[in-house]
Amino acid sequence: MGALSHYLEEEGLATTQISLVREHTEHIKPPRALWVPFGLGRPFGPPNDASFQTRVVVSALKLLEAAEGPVLVDFPDDEPESASQNTPVVCPVNFASAIAEMTTIDLVLEAFKSEAANMNGWYEIALSIRGRTTAGVSCLSLNEIVGFFASFISGARDTCPITGVTIASGIRMAAEDLKAIYCEGLTAQPGEVGDSTAIANWFWGETVAAQVINAIREICLGLPANDFQLLGKLLLVPRNQLHRFQ
Amino acid sequence: MARLDRMPEDERKHILALPCPAFDSAPWVNSQPLTNIRIALITTAGLHRRGDVPFGVGAADYRVIPAGIPANELVMSHISTNFDRSGFQQDWNVVFPLDRLRELAEEKIIGSVAGYHYSFMGATDPVKMERAARGLAGILKNDRVDAVLLVPV
Repeated sequence: MGALSHYLEEEGLATTQISLVREHTEHIKPPRALWVPFGLGRPFGPPNDASFQTRVVVSALKLLEAAEGPVLVDFPDDEPESASQNTPVVCPVNFASAIAEMTTIDLVLEAFKSEAANMNGWYEIALSIRGRTTAGVSCLSLNEIVGFFASFISGARDTCPITGVTIASGIRMAAEDLKAIYCEGLTAQPGEVGDSTAIANWFWGETVAAQVINAIREICLGLPANDFQLLGKLLLVPRNQLHRFQ
Repeated sequence: MARLDRMPEDERKHILALPCPAFDSAPWVNSQPLTNIRIALITTAGLHRRGDVPFGVGAADYRVIPAGIPANELVMSHISTNFDRSGFQQDWNVVFPLDRLRELAEEKIIGSVAGYHYSFMGATDPVKMERAARGLAGILKNDRVDAVLLVPV
């Protein structure tokens, strides 16, 4: 981010930026930066808290009024505490018990189909409440994603259901859409919405979908092509969730 | 959390090992007061219009996001799986605070909001984005942009 700031400023545009990793910003020394202590993925803090987000935006913009630089200022506050922070998310659909009973990949895929159908209901409710979804980059429906993944796990390697992309890219896009559908559905359910850690722990620790994504990761690690290797090593399961599958 | 001291050791090492250029020069452009300036957003969150070409591995180009984009038309195809997306899923302002900028313009705290905003995909080495970024500067000036708020993810 700091490099982009440097290039734009050299071209005559004033810039200010959010810094998520203070150590990087100290190294690059962009003209103006506001370091925030929020999690990766949340540069303006919590969702649905306009006043807090405005404070962050204004704090970053105020740096434009500095007389000289480089300027690196710390935002003073953590994300507001919520009652649900770091507490486990409770999903009414209990997938964990099903995972423990599964012994074959066929059973996993059967459970995946059932789980996905349950989550799709909540996803549709989320869509009607918010009027938006972030799913759809793959252009596949949830049923098509389930079918794509089941087919890949069963040995199909020759076709990608997404036009114009490789199977490896298609899997990555479909996995992100799958997570979006699940997490948008989860966060539309009644009750407190958990923080990012709680939501991630729910998805990676309690859903069959995560088991399926991990099964694909393990298959990719056994394939020689570079794009599958990259997918398996880096792009499917977050580093901080890999311990669940080792 | 983005504070390295709160991260697991593996995560901290990985982040500290990411490409991080150093520069010999320290460019500086003085800004007018906030009330007079037109502001654009540039994010590295891999955002784009639904139906636009998704970002892929090594992408060093950018996507254009019109200021009037409906909320349901903005999607994310960043290749990394190592950051939270659930905030963006609930509220795009967590990553792309276009509504907050509009409010600040209505309250006359800033001059105006640019007609177009832009997204790169931050998993790529930022040095590879130099050519696209310098080209983008000219487009921003044509949109009468005075200052840019850059946002990582």
